[in-house]
Amino acid sequence: MTATGSELTGVAPLTRFVLRRDRVRIVVWIGAIIALVVSTVASVHGLYPTQADLEQVARASEGNAAAIAFNGPAQGLNTLGGQVAFQVGAFGLVVVALMSLLMIGRLTRGEEEAGRSELLRSLPIGPHALAAAAMITVAGMDLVTGGLVTVALLSQGLATAGSVAFGLSFALVGLLFASVGLVAAQVSDNTRVVYGIAGAVLGASFVLRAVGDIGNGSISWLSPIGWAQKTRPFADEQWWPFLIIIVTVGLLAGVAVTLSSRRDLGAGLMAPRAGRPDAAPSLGRPVGLAMRLQRGSLIGWSAGVLFTGVAYGSIADSINEFVKDNKALADIIAAQGGGSLADSYLAMSFRILALVGAGFAIQSTLRLRSEETSLHAEQILATVISRARWAASHLVVAFGGTIVILLVAGLSVGLSDAAVTGDAGAISKSVGAALAYTPAIWVLVGLTVALFGFVPRATALGWGFLTVCFVIGMLGQLLDLPTWVEDVSPFQHVPQLPAAELTLVPLAALFVVAAGLTAAGLAGLRRRDIG
Amino acid sequence: MAPAILVSELVKSFGSTRALDGLDLAVETGEVHGFLGPNGAGKTTTIRVLLGLLRADSGSVSLLGGDPWRDAVPLHRRLAYVPGEVSLWPKLSGGEVIDLLGRLRGDLDPHRRDELLERFELDPTKKSRTYSKGNRQKVGLVAALASNAELLILDEPTSGLDPLMEAVFQDCIREVKAEGRTVLLSSHILAEVESLCDQVSIIRAGHTQESGTLAELRRLTRTAITAQTAQPAEHLADLAGVHGLRIDGTHVRFDVDAEHLDEAVRRLSELGIRSLVSHPPTLEELFLRHYGDELERERELAQRFSDDRR
Repeated sequence: MTATGSELTGVAPLTRFVLRRDRVRIVVWIGAIIALVVSTVASVHGLYPTQADLEQVARASEGNAAAIAFNGPAQGLNTLGGQVAFQVGAFGLVVVALMSLLMIGRLTRGEEEAGRSELLRSLPIGPHALAAAAMITVAGMDLVTGGLVTVALLSQGLATAGSVAFGLSFALVGLLFASVGLVAAQVSDNTRVVYGIAGAVLGASFVLRAVGDIGNGSISWLSPIGWAQKTRPFADEQWWPFLIIIVTVGLLAGVAVTLSSRRDLGAGLMAPRAGRPDAAPSLGRPVGLAMRLQRGSLIGWSAGVLFTGVAYGSIADSINEFVKDNKALADIIAAQGGGSLADSYLAMSFRILALVGAGFAIQSTLRLRSEETSLHAEQILATVISRARWAASHLVVAFGGTIVILLVAGLSVGLSDAAVTGDAGAISKSVGAALAYTPAIWVLVGLTVALFGFVPRATALGWGFLTVCFVIGMLGQLLDLPTWVEDVSPFQHVPQLPAAELTLVPLAALFVVAAGLTAAGLAGLRRRDIG
Repeated sequence: MAPAILVSELVKSFGSTRALDGLDLAVETGEVHGFLGPNGAGKTTTIRVLLGLLRADSGSVSLLGGDPWRDAVPLHRRLAYVPGEVSLWPKLSGGEVIDLLGRLRGDLDPHRRDELLERFELDPTKKSRTYSKGNRQKVGLVAALASNAELLILDEPTSGLDPLMEAVFQDCIREVKAEGRTVLLSSHILAEVESLCDQVSIIRAGHTQESGTLAELRRLTRTAITAQTAQPAEHLADLAGVHGLRIDGTHVRFDVDAEHLDEAVRRLSELGIRSLVSHPPTLEELFLRHYGDELERERELAQRFSDDRR
């Protein structure tokens, strides 16, 4: 028996086990992030081949509050590296943060909730060995990701210091959100809630830095993503903000260890509350159950959209103000012709909020599959409920929830915009613009239902569709994708209100496609085996 | 009256695995039918076909006079089901799950529900995620037994229950039977099957090995004899139908086929019987007889490994 290190006994074999089990997932995550960075470098190269091009785009971006809100502070934009950091920095940091918090939540609380940790903990392994193995795995993923980002940038001939700073910001932001996830995993005994807590921290980080970067930058210091961007890759790097991240990671890890030592296996910090002895009347129909199961998720996604929408909406007016004072920018808009800068900004905001809303819709649809694999569906289907009715109960939430989230998006942007400008017309304009995305999101739901009906094992590919739409929507112009590729995304067919005119034909077509896919999926479900 | 369940020549494959390979099963209305077989024999797959969750590749399946695949919804109005692994929604309390399933089936009897909660000593206010395996199983049982369904399909319903709760379960099933309702009981607990079931089907590798009443099955098999004789027990080995003979001076032990029982006892009698114990095969012995070759193989393996260790 070794007394020393007994807290962590077994870390090495457990880490090897995790790496073996999740090897595909690990490679896909890292590969996707590297592909994103490499393709951005290539497209920036192609778009701005000369220094004069870079100077021109830098001047345009420096005054573009919308771009700053989505991308980050305007720094070093007249260099290739600075443009790359601007174009893919914030988005890439969010993706690496998501990778880290999803992985850590799954490897710690997810395993614990599934009861597998209990089996492992009965072996001679230390009490913190499982969490340590998870943390080592995710930290390794973050460091490899950061290292490969640096190598990718260096191989494109970018400056060494900037490439290292940019890679390091990926690695450390990932590590920080892994630590946030680890703390969240101690707080709640429910893996979904763990993702929710860590995701809320990430969302707040993104919005705080957006608000800060548009202002004088001081609010960005409240955001971990802001810290990473304050290291100014390719723009006179300053290294010390990395220290803040490292210290925070240490503090969070300490908190996680303390919390973990004080709780029982399987428990959270909060004792589970007693439930009702009998069911409320609403829990007597499948749709009542579906709403009950998805209520928390709908509220969580709506809150995220509300928060982001208010932030976007309140910025809208500052862009108007900005345009008034900036002759150069006004000229650019005039040259583009058509809608105002504020309207283009709002249109882009709604596209992003709609993509977020689609996240809820996909998750909600995938609930069908998780209910099936967890054997819950079997018990419902052994009652008088037909397969179609059972599926419809969850689809009501997916379709209806889409409308709810888009309403929240429209109202939050419209109300905050109206509150600033005093123009109540902004509210209906925003609500209409947001709701126009309804059939596009429904097409993604329909695709997911079709997978569920015909290739149930592949239902999770629904997330893949959303990723494709996200890349096309956010990076399509930058990557200079051919039109037919962009047309794959239903979001491309939605009129960009309020910057463009409302056209009903594409919306009606999307609606028909969504209905057809859903009907086909349900027909497939009727014919296949359950379970 | 038509049988409650009639399955013949049922085949179901998953990829290259043939889970059910010509399975037959007949359950008459009003009987409690034991459905036996080792892990992986195809019991749960059969039940899922009966519930219309899986589609049969070939063979015929009739449930309460209907086709479980085509008429799932109207048939489910008349049955209640307890899965082998009761998987509950972690957020819902046990009471909520019981009410939900009862209402979805459409015949929840609230008095019966409360009575069953008390008999099974189940706290309905606890969130499902906090229930132990036995308590999850109780939730499934209360939900099914609180209905007036004419057919109960129970897939290893008592795994994880303590002996006290096992007794409560058996009482409940006897009440169900007294009301003339039908039960299909898949189980590993042979004492439970022995005490509850009128009819038994034993399946192996997706195929029915044997089916009938316990008495019939017993008649088909051997009686165990243990005797003490006055004279040394010799010349017994040449007796027809005798198996597993062990002689230790005047002490003898063997199993004998039913049709040779008379002759074997006569021979013992010639030797002067001092004491005689005979008992019919237990269900466990019946069961093991069908898997005797597997048991044999297992023992050979154990022997080989222990030789290796030496």
